[in-house]
Amino acid sequence: MRRINLWLVAAVLVVAVLPLILPLPRGLAEPFTGADGQAQAAITAANPDYQPWFSPLWEPPSGEIESLLFALQAALGAGLLGYYLGLRRGESQRGRPDADRARRDALAVAARD
Amino acid sequence: MHIMEGFLPPVHAAAWGLASLPFLVMGARSVTRVTREHPRAKLLLASAGAFAFVLSALKIPSVTGSCSHPTGTGLGAILFGPSVMAVLGAIVLLFQALLLAHGGLTTLGANIFSMAIAGPWVAYGVYRLVRTLGGPLSLAVFLAAGLADLATYLVTATQLALAFPDPVSGFLGALTKFGGIFALTQVPLAVIEGLLTVLVVNLLIQYSRDDLDELAFAPGVVR
Repeated sequence: MRRINLWLVAAVLVVAVLPLILPLPRGLAEPFTGADGQAQAAITAANPDYQPWFSPLWEPPSGEIESLLFALQAALGAGLLGYYLGLRRGESQRGRPDADRARRDALAVAARD
Repeated sequence: MHIMEGFLPPVHAAAWGLASLPFLVMGARSVTRVTREHPRAKLLLASAGAFAFVLSALKIPSVTGSCSHPTGTGLGAILFGPSVMAVLGAIVLLFQALLLAHGGLTTLGANIFSMAIAGPWVAYGVYRLVRTLGGPLSLAVFLAAGLADLATYLVTATQLALAFPDPVSGFLGALTKFGGIFALTQVPLAVIEGLLTVLVVNLLIQYSRDDLDELAFAPGVVR
């Protein structure tokens, strides 16, 4: 199972990094802009008269603040997920008799030395 | 898949809000029921929300030369059923609308419908279908999460095409245009989302079989 998981992580990295290595599609004004922004640009291009009728209550004042908040979002999520998996991993190992025996043996060896 | 603030005409914004409302009510009930009936699984429920939190924050490059993000809603949908994800996904979208000016309050209903309702229901349906047909767990999880991700973006493209039909080619022309922006870009990201969801399910089976048993998820599958 552990080997499968390592392969899964490797595959994710390959799929994520490959676009950066492959040649970009022709006629691209700016590489790797957001698809959401492109859709917004397409709306404005096809409907020049459309005026957004509401604007965000608050906008991050700079790109740095925006990336801070995105990093915070990812960190909160990853932190909680990691806490959960670590907690359950610890519980599952504490409950295993062979793990207990291994720990006792290790302690015994340490005490003897 | 975030439709920007103010970028849906008021009637469309209101209609998608109304369409999402019953799912949110149903979702809130589901969350209450899950936490009451399976108190042990509360932390797993929060973790499923956390997974959506991480994945929707990651903007990943795609072969089309643009960037987009996964949604992370498939995991919770196959573990807890699709309803709860309406609530968890709405929390993610609200965070992004208020703090990141990503999406918006007027487009919240539409964005909830694509990411927190359509995606999770597709995930749940695909998962059940593949399992019923006797497909292996990993394949079911991969297809469920990946197709949910794609479905979310197709719904966004449909929402935009309904609101901004092409003056010449109409709704279908606009759907092709918005679909072109979202769908192809999203394919590698859907693969990534599928792989990561399989990874998390593997870890859950390895370390958290008790919680999965509590939810009667994939009974009998052990590491």
